[in-house]
This record gives sequence, structure tokens and C-alpha cells, in this order.
Amino acid sequence: MSRRGSARVGAAPGRATATVVLVIAGLAFLYPLYALAAFAFQPVGQHSGFTLQHLKALTDPVRAYQYDQLWEGIQNSLVIALVTVLLMLVFLLPAMILAELRYRRVRQAIEFVCLLPISIPTVVLAVGFIPVYQVMWQATGSVAWILAFAIGIISLPYAFRPIQSNMAGVDMVTLQEAARSLGAGWFQTVWSVILPNLRRGILSSALLTVSVVLGEYTIASFLQQNTFQTGLALLEHADPYVASTFALAALLFVFIILVLIGAAGTIRRNRKVSTWSPSTATLPPVR
Amino acid sequence: MVAIDSNASAGSLTVTGTSVELVDVVKTYSGHAALSGLDLKVEPGEFVALLGPSGCGKTTALRALSGLEGIDSGSIRIGGVDVVDVPVNRRDIGMVFQSYSLFPHMTAQQNVEFGLRMRKVPAQQRRARASEALELVGLGHLSGRYAHELSGGQQQRVALARALVTRPRVLLLDEPLSALDAKVRVQLREEIRRLQQELGITTIFVTHDQEEALAVADRVAVMNAGDIEQIGTPEELYLAPRTPFVADFVGLSNKLGGTLVGGVVTVYGQPLNVLGEAPEDGPVTAYVRPEDVIITTDAGLPATVVSTSFLGSLRRTFVRLADDTVVAVQHDVSDRPEPGQQVALRFKGRPVAVTRQG
Amino acid sequence: MSAASAAVAGRSAGAGARKPRRRGAGWLGFTPFAAYTLVFMAVPTVLAVWGGVTAEDGSFTLANFSAFGDRSILKAFENSIVLSLAVAVASAILGAILCVMLLAAKPNGILRVVVDAASSVLAQFGGVMLAFAFIATMGSSGMFTLWLQSTFHVDLNSLAPDKTAGPLLYQPAGMFFPYLYFSIPLMIIAFMPAVEGLRPQWGEAVATLGGGRFSYWRHVGAPVLAPSFFGAMILIFASAFSSFATAAALTNSGILIPVVMQQDLSSETASGVTNIPGVLAIGMIVIMAIVMWAYSVLQRRAARWQR
Repeated sequence: MSRRGSARVGAAPGRATATVVLVIAGLAFLYPLYALAAFAFQPVGQHSGFTLQHLKALTDPVRAYQYDQLWEGIQNSLVIALVTVLLMLVFLLPAMILAELRYRRVRQAIEFVCLLPISIPTVVLAVGFIPVYQVMWQATGSVAWILAFAIGIISLPYAFRPIQSNMAGVDMVTLQEAARSLGAGWFQTVWSVILPNLRRGILSSALLTVSVVLGEYTIASFLQQNTFQTGLALLEHADPYVASTFALAALLFVFIILVLIGAAGTIRRNRKVSTWSPSTATLPPVR
Repeated sequence: MVAIDSNASAGSLTVTGTSVELVDVVKTYSGHAALSGLDLKVEPGEFVALLGPSGCGKTTALRALSGLEGIDSGSIRIGGVDVVDVPVNRRDIGMVFQSYSLFPHMTAQQNVEFGLRMRKVPAQQRRARASEALELVGLGHLSGRYAHELSGGQQQRVALARALVTRPRVLLLDEPLSALDAKVRVQLREEIRRLQQELGITTIFVTHDQEEALAVADRVAVMNAGDIEQIGTPEELYLAPRTPFVADFVGLSNKLGGTLVGGVVTVYGQPLNVLGEAPEDGPVTAYVRPEDVIITTDAGLPATVVSTSFLGSLRRTFVRLADDTVVAVQHDVSDRPEPGQQVALRFKGRPVAVTRQG
Repeated sequence: MSAASAAVAGRSAGAGARKPRRRGAGWLGFTPFAAYTLVFMAVPTVLAVWGGVTAEDGSFTLANFSAFGDRSILKAFENSIVLSLAVAVASAILGAILCVMLLAAKPNGILRVVVDAASSVLAQFGGVMLAFAFIATMGSSGMFTLWLQSTFHVDLNSLAPDKTAGPLLYQPAGMFFPYLYFSIPLMIIAFMPAVEGLRPQWGEAVATLGGGRFSYWRHVGAPVLAPSFFGAMILIFASAFSSFATAAALTNSGILIPVVMQQDLSSETASGVTNIPGVLAIGMIVIMAIVMWAYSVLQRRAARWQR
């Protein structure tokens, strides 16, 4: 159908330009991942071809010792992830709810503290963690899960944002007043009114925390603990193929988590139930 | 562009009106017809309101006229010249949007100057003319404010000044009042009307608020499904709606069942003449205005008062008929029916619009 | 009244149902969070800095600052700053272009959900995994390296500015590419909300006032986006500057300052003594402070017309 007189105005680009640019960018970003995947399934010493022999090696009892450290690292990381999420639920969430409902002026202070780890380089924190952990390990022995306290700090911005956006989307004060006017006590209000309304924010927050923990390398490396990432780095020398496979799998796992968070947020937004988005907007990566 | 005296009075913004004409304009969005052969002729200096429910095509019509939206076929003429192939930035129109259209990083003054800047008017003239336009909308004292430092009503006044300062041939207003508080809305619409009459600029105003349309426009075009149902003066539309859609959309109507025989509809036993062309004989719905119903205490249709509300200069009362139909009646404030009171209804006998039932 | 609310009403923390209350008690609810961040954020930062201004025996000294006279340390600082700056500028420009292009997609469409998620993943995808991917791409026998060789007979590593420092990927010039790989997605995450905030009415207003697309970008688009653009750029600088894992996974040599810090740590004889890393931490904090100060100046300049 011929359209006459329509002119593009404002910021939106033309469809053709946008498609071309986005496709080129997409390919550029997929290329290193493709190279990594191709490498993971290449026969040893060759630069092309496809083989599953590296995956079989994983189950080979003779070579099992090579992967011990990685398996242990994965276990440690999973435990650390669990403990970190618990720490967020115990330390961060109650403080945020209390500030939102009763001490609204404290909200800014909490936001400031939670976003502070962005401007303190992780390596600086890591240097400071060394003496702190020397004291702690004297009490507990050198166990990995205690790293959760340190990693929890660098996860703070990621744990904070989704809950904050969720809180901004539901009018918590009114909800609280409604609940209380209907006769609910403080505890009942939080448990059966506030928390259910924050479910999505808390879930996103927990998932993002898990993804931060699984990708964390700096602190584990400085404190010489064995986690998923340090295990991968070590395995790189012994078996780069399997290390690449695990790297890809971890990426895919985190990608799926984030697509799910994004889709859940979008569906909600489309239904106009509330306007919060779980995006990690303006947060830099933890590295 | 005509250079103007830097100490010019408000009168320097007056223009010679230009005619605007849309001829058989068609516009479809993925199969759905937003405009289906729209015809509209606006006389020079005339103020026309496009009125209709959302999705009726009124905004599309305005945007097609402005050039922000292309059309599939038809012709758009400003001052007798076809402008379909003229891009929006050369159509020489002024437009005021629903809201948020002020540039946030510019002061009110800079916003108003913008169109002059685009036309390469020298800085000194620009300042003078922008100040004058701001004075005209009563905001001369707030010229240094940014958008977020102005109230909604003030923002729309600045937007109006910005649209007028270039002395465009046509002023297009796209629901400019709908985001404002009721009181500001009434105030500003009266001011728009005053300005338009003072400046003599051809103006097209899109709104979904029938009261607003009737209050400001010389003529109102009621739109439905991409076309104009009826165009006429506010009085014509209100007193002589030609279609049931118009009768229903403009003003408040009671929809009452009746029987049509030979151009006369009998509603609850009372014969009423039919407005315009009568449909086939048979059961119909008649649209009876609340002010065309009278509450009496003697002979008439028996009814029970449900509720009554005070509307300032008049009173509206809802009564229930024996068949449970609720009828709105408008009457003098001094009459005060009590809820539960038994009353009788009578129709004044003014012609009514009808539609076939079913 | 239920048992729970009766029980709660007895405690001071449960105040709120009735009007008068003791303000003080509720504040106790912040104690766990405050204690946690104090012990694990404030204390380590102070300790890191403290390590920089003490001697091995624990006494105060400024002697550690002599590290800044060490040529290799200065070079590492320079490398870190130049690399982060280049990455910040390049990612900001490329990322901003992508953001504008993304406006063509439906706001809640599948493309946007995927791009959002992918950006979050890739922005997090620093470190070891990213290093693997780039070794497989532009390492000595990487896919791209081999392709360049077979197609154009060009040796990627011969393009390295420093021929003596080994393969391109293990020098700052080569690390530019993996750094871009996580910084461009970061730019998209940080800058997209600002681009989405451009109201279509502004473009329409410019057009009806007689301006074209160029006028729109020059007078409205660019000035409105500028504060967010430079803000995001500074964020990328900070993130690239403090990035450790990618560099560490690629090289053992102390060419970037975070890597130097770790090397000095593992070479400190007495465990728990962090003098040189501490003084380097001070250096990093100073640079970050300068960057954050620049950021706040920028924000203040824009604040007049922003809410």
C-alpha cells in the first residue's frame, strides 16, 4: 500500500537501518561464543571438527582427579550462593521493609550503602578481606561457605535493585495501612500482605545474587578459596576443552535465569498490574 | 517570514485565516481502517472540534493533517494547496500535544523561541517575539522556568505560545486539556477560545469530551469509525442529532423503548415526532434528553424517585418506572423530590432520535 | 484480637497500631544490616587503606608510597587508565548507537526481552569465561586469528603495538576487545532507560516547529541524553578500571594494576601484611574518587532542568 506524506520524526531509527545494525552487532557478540563452543567440541590438537570425547573424559575414572577441584568448586559455589541469598533475606530485606514502612528517610541511606560496592573496586575490598578472614578462619577453620559474607557485599547492588523497584511499584505504605485498619498486627501485616506483594522482587533479587556468586572470581582468588570460577581457571591448563564446556553451560544457565526474570517482568508490565521492572539498570558488572 | 517590530503589541500575532480541507482521506493500520474516506472542510479563521470516542480516528485525522502521519489516499489542502507531499516541518502548522511536549532542558522562553530558531529569525527578534507570545498566554513572568518547574496548566500555556509564535497558518490541538485538573481545564479552554478569536487563526481541536467541544468550537464534527457522523454548530448537534450515535454521544440521553408507526414514535403511551429520517416501522429505541422529561404530581407515567443530585444551576433526579427502567430527569433546583416519593412523568414533546431495536 | 497481634503489641517494636510510641525501639531493626555492612564493607576498606600507611611492624609510615616511584607500577596504572578510558569512550559510543537502534523494536517485544537478558549476562560475563571465549577467538590459534591468516594472510599478533610482549590478546591493546565485550552490554543496560525516556512528542514538536531530524538530535536528543551518556561512560570507566578477573585469566604479568595487587599480595612474606597492595588500593580509590567527583559535577550541571 502506498503511503504518502509520512515522515519519520524524533529519535526512532528506520526499520532497515536498525535491522542491519542490530544484526551486525548480534553476530559480533555471538562470534566469540561460537568460537568458544566450536573449541569445546574440537578434537585435541585440531582447529576444526566435532567430537564428544572431551565430555566422555568427564566420566573417565582414570582422569577423574583432573576434575575433582572443579566439582568441589561448583559445590562450594552452590553452598556460597545459598548462604548469600539467606544473608540477603536476613540482613537486607528486613532493613528495606522497615525503612519503607516506618523510617522512610533511611531509604536513601540504605540505597547509598547498597550501591557503594559499585564505586569501591572489588580488588580493594579483597585486599581488606584478607585480614578480616584471617580472624574469622581462626574460629571456623578454612571453610569456603564463609566467603558468602564477602560476596554478599558485592552482590548488594544486585540484590537491592529488584526489591527496590518492586517496592516502588506497589504502594507499601497504603497496603500496610489497609492491613492494619483491617486489624492485622505488625507481624501479620508483613507476613501476609507485604511479603506476598514483594515476591517477584525477592525472587529476582535471589536469582541475580546467585548469578553474581557463580561468576565471582576476584574474592575467591585473593582469599585462595576454591570456587566454580577458580576451579575453571585451574582446569584451563589441564583440560581447556572441558573448562570451555562448563563456561558455556554456566553462561547459558545465567542467560536463561535472566530471560525468565525479564519475561516475568514484561508480562506483568503488559498486564498493567504494576510498573516495576527487575532490570539491573545502571549497575556495573561484578568482576 | 515577515520581520516584525520588536515592540509590537499582541496584535502582531494575528493572522489571516487559511482554509483547510480533507478530501476522501483513507488511512489503514494493518487492515484496520483508521480513516475511511474522511471529508472535512474548515473555513478560514474557523474553530472546529473533532469529537469522538477513543479509536474513532480523530487523532489520526489531526496527525494526517499535520503531516506526522502519512495517508493511503485522498487529499489534504491547506489554503487550497495540496500538502500531502509536503513534510511536516514545512507545512507551517502549530501543534499542541496532550502533554509532556515541552523540551525539558530548555526554559519556557527557549521553548517558545525554538520554532523561530528553526526559521533562522535573528536572536533579538526571537527574544522579543517569544516574550510577547508568553505575555499573550499570561506567563511573561515565568519565562525562565523549566518544564518541571511549571504546573500542568502552565506547561500547556507555554506549548500554546510555542505553537503560535511562528504565526502558523493552522493551529492543531490534540487533546491539550485532557491531562489537566477539571478547574484548570475549563479556564484554559476559555482562554484558547478567546485567543483563537483574537488572532483569527484557523484551529482544529481534538477531544473526547463533548462538553469541551460544545463549549469552544464554532462547529463540532462528531466522528465514529473513521468518518464524520455529523458536523454542525454545537446547537445543531445537541438539538437535532441526525444519528443515534450523535444523540448518544453528545449530551445525556435516556434510551427508552418505543414503537414507530409512520414517523411517530410512541414511548410509554406518548407520541413523539422523530428527528431526521425515520427508520422502518416497528420497535425502536428513542433517545430522550433529561430536560425533555417533566416530573408532575398529577396525570402521567407513574414512577418512583430513586435519587436526586444538586448540580448547581439545576437538579438531576433518577426515577424508576413500573418496568424497572430508570429515567434521568433534569429540572429546576427549587423542585426537591424525595427518594421513594411517587411521581408521574411526562415528555415535553420535542422530536427525538430513534434507532431500530435489536 | 489474634494471638500474634496481641503478642506483638506487647513489644515496643510492634508499636504502630496505636498512635503514641517510643520512636527509639524500631531503629533496632536496622542493627543486623548496619553491623553486616560495617564489618564486611567499611572495615575491609579501612583495613586495605590502613595496610597502605603502615610498615610491616604495624607502625604508621608513608614509606609505602615510594611504590608510586616504581616504573612498572606506574606503567600498570597508566595501562589501566588508558585501557579503561579507551574502553569507556568506545563502549559508550557503540552502546549508545545500539540503544537508539533498539528503539525500532517494540518496547515489550521478544527482541527487547532477549537483548535485556543478554546484556545482563554479557555485562556479568567478565573474568574467566570471557577470557576463554577470547582465547578461542583471537588467541594464537583462535578462530578469528586463523581466519585472518588463511583469508588475508595477516598475522593478528603482528598487529600488536608491543612486539616484545607476546600475543596481542595478552597486552592491554588486545584486552581492549574482551573489555568491550562486557562494557557495551553495560552501556546498553545503563543508557537504555534514558533513550527510552525520550518522548515521541519532542520529536513531533520539533517537526511541527519546522525542524528536521538533524535539528532534533542537535537541539533536543543530544542535550537531553548528554548527562546520562557521560554518566554511563564514567560507570564503564569505573567498571573496567576495577576489573580483575578478565585480565588475571589472560595474563600473569602485572600489566594492569589489579593484577599487580594480587601478585604483590602473594609475594608478601608475612601473611596478612598488605602494605604494597594497600598503597595501590589507595591509588585506585583516589582515581575512583576523582571519577565519582567528575560524575557528581556533571549531574549537578544537569540538575537544573532535571527533577
